[in-house]
Amino acid sequence: MTDENQTEEVEAGDAAVAVEEAVPEGTEGRRVVHDMWVAGTEERPDLRRFTDEGSQEMLPDEDEQVLDIQRGTVVDDDFELDDSSDEEELQIINMGPQHPSTHGVLRLHLELEGETIRRVKPIIGYLHTGMEKTAETLTWLQGPTNVTRMDYLSPFHNELAYSLAVEKLLGVEIPERAQAIRILMTELNRVASHLLWVATQGMDIGAISMMIYGWREREYLLDFFEMVTGLRMNHNYIRPGGVAADLPDGWEEAVEDLLVKVPAGVDEYHEILDENPIFLDRTQGVGILTPAECRAFGVTGPNARASGIDWDLRKAFPYSGIEKYDFEVPLGQHGDVLDRYHVRMDEIDESLKIARQLLETMPAGDYRTEDRKVTPPPRKRIDESMEALIHHFKIFTSGFSVAPGEAWQSVESPRGELGVYVVSEGGAKPWRVHVRGPSFAHVQAMPAAVTDTLIADLVSTMASMDTVLGDVDR
Amino acid sequence: MAPDEPTTEEVAAEAAPEEVAEAPQRELPDVPALAAIVEAYPSTSWVVADDEWVVSVDSAEYHDLVATAKDGGFTMFIDLCGVDYFRRDPRFEVVLTLLDTATPKRLRVRAGLAGDEPQVATVSDLFPGANFYEREAFDLFGIDFAGHPDLTRILLPDEWEGHPLRKDYDVGSVPVQFKESHKVQ
Repeated sequence: MTDENQTEEVEAGDAAVAVEEAVPEGTEGRRVVHDMWVAGTEERPDLRRFTDEGSQEMLPDEDEQVLDIQRGTVVDDDFELDDSSDEEELQIINMGPQHPSTHGVLRLHLELEGETIRRVKPIIGYLHTGMEKTAETLTWLQGPTNVTRMDYLSPFHNELAYSLAVEKLLGVEIPERAQAIRILMTELNRVASHLLWVATQGMDIGAISMMIYGWREREYLLDFFEMVTGLRMNHNYIRPGGVAADLPDGWEEAVEDLLVKVPAGVDEYHEILDENPIFLDRTQGVGILTPAECRAFGVTGPNARASGIDWDLRKAFPYSGIEKYDFEVPLGQHGDVLDRYHVRMDEIDESLKIARQLLETMPAGDYRTEDRKVTPPPRKRIDESMEALIHHFKIFTSGFSVAPGEAWQSVESPRGELGVYVVSEGGAKPWRVHVRGPSFAHVQAMPAAVTDTLIADLVSTMASMDTVLGDVDR
Repeated sequence: MAPDEPTTEEVAAEAAPEEVAEAPQRELPDVPALAAIVEAYPSTSWVVADDEWVVSVDSAEYHDLVATAKDGGFTMFIDLCGVDYFRRDPRFEVVLTLLDTATPKRLRVRAGLAGDEPQVATVSDLFPGANFYEREAFDLFGIDFAGHPDLTRILLPDEWEGHPLRKDYDVGSVPVQFKESHKVQ
């Protein structure tokens, strides 16, 4: 045994030496090492994918000129200057869907002349998950879990619009406290959304510190949402019939805390941005939308108000008793990015004003309707009554039926008019749920704002329109 | 030909008094602004709620009615969507929402479309904002908007087959193969 091993070793060593001597250094040398390990035991396959012989064979030998061009040894210059046209050649650039400043998966098909954008075509659908189809398979009560995921930066508004539309068909009365809670949550959600907007707007035009500050204040609001609903996003808190639960103990202190912390942060943003020459250069006179364009494309919300359209659904078609609270509708004049910034910053102040009034005037009472058709019996009754238990079970398994009909309800979301159109054919599930997201209209209006401007302004404009792609594609 | 002539006369005689009789019977909404919009369109019916008007119109008169509404102050385009009622006779419906920001009033125009080849005139010539919404309705319902400048799929990939929001669209499923060890014996 020992002898055999020894002879093998000697043989292997001899073979290795022999190969080493035969092959020169370089890339071939690596193969030598490989051979050395296996020499004398068995034949190993050649692990290289191409041999030199093979590559020689692959080259066609018919046209030496073509081969030279392919090898790059000869430059094929067939460019001929065309003097017949004055127009410069348009360069087509694809921006997105993974571009960081598209805030999601928006793809823009740009036609550039130098650095000037001559034509833009937004291409959407990369986030389409068929949520309107999904809504037809969920009961009316499960609906908010679906719509809250559409515009993920203003989930409360989605839930509110959906719930109000369903309640229109149901014809139930919502208690005052439930309405006040809804207003409190949606207005604070507006603040959170605008804080995120100012953070990302700053980031997109180079003010990186602005992003950190904006997220910092938004975090306080998300903490409050988590305290009330248990979740930071996608709350499913506002439901047909009221809200999921009453405000927790200590919510007054939490809101008071917000009313101190958030304005302090907003003051800092004003200090950072308001007179910052870079910020002004990147925003003033950039991405202008005229009032006529806003109307034609259905641009609503802060973007329309920045263009000077005095239009706020909270004033025009008040919902959930928002007309009881005192607030202003900030307006811009020029319709550029800077005005959108100022409008949103002022809206933060106004929404906090509403929150303060709610803190002082929060009515007592029920947080959901007493209508037993949509609300289960109280917990205490379930313990002692079989019928109450069945009632509770029926509502949460098969759901309640809604009278046939159609209803439209829209609320003023942080981005604009968020409309929900529901059709019922009777039964426990909606026949059709259509959500009119403000971002869908804003994406469509983007070409009007950026055509014939510089490509650098596109990023600033795109950020200022505040499109949420979850809302666009649904 | 002789027996035909009295028939046509009869038809004309029957039709003429009906039209005369119908015109005064047709009540216009007591809201003057809405009456001005629906007056010229005999196929319309309407519902007046507190802050919104709902007008149902024949698909042939849809485009002209929207143009009249635009002239009547409804200058802001808000929404357009399709609905598939499936078992009803005009199977599809196009629902257009417009806004008059001055009054303020909301107008919803519903136009029923035939089931086999749903087609209606585009309103993207009146409101450029309708462009994407009509593409969406085409994509998800297969409604053909005649005269639309670029009626292509918008949310789904171009090679997609079928129109998913139709009620007879088979949603389908992806079979999931579970491992043998997960089976409860």
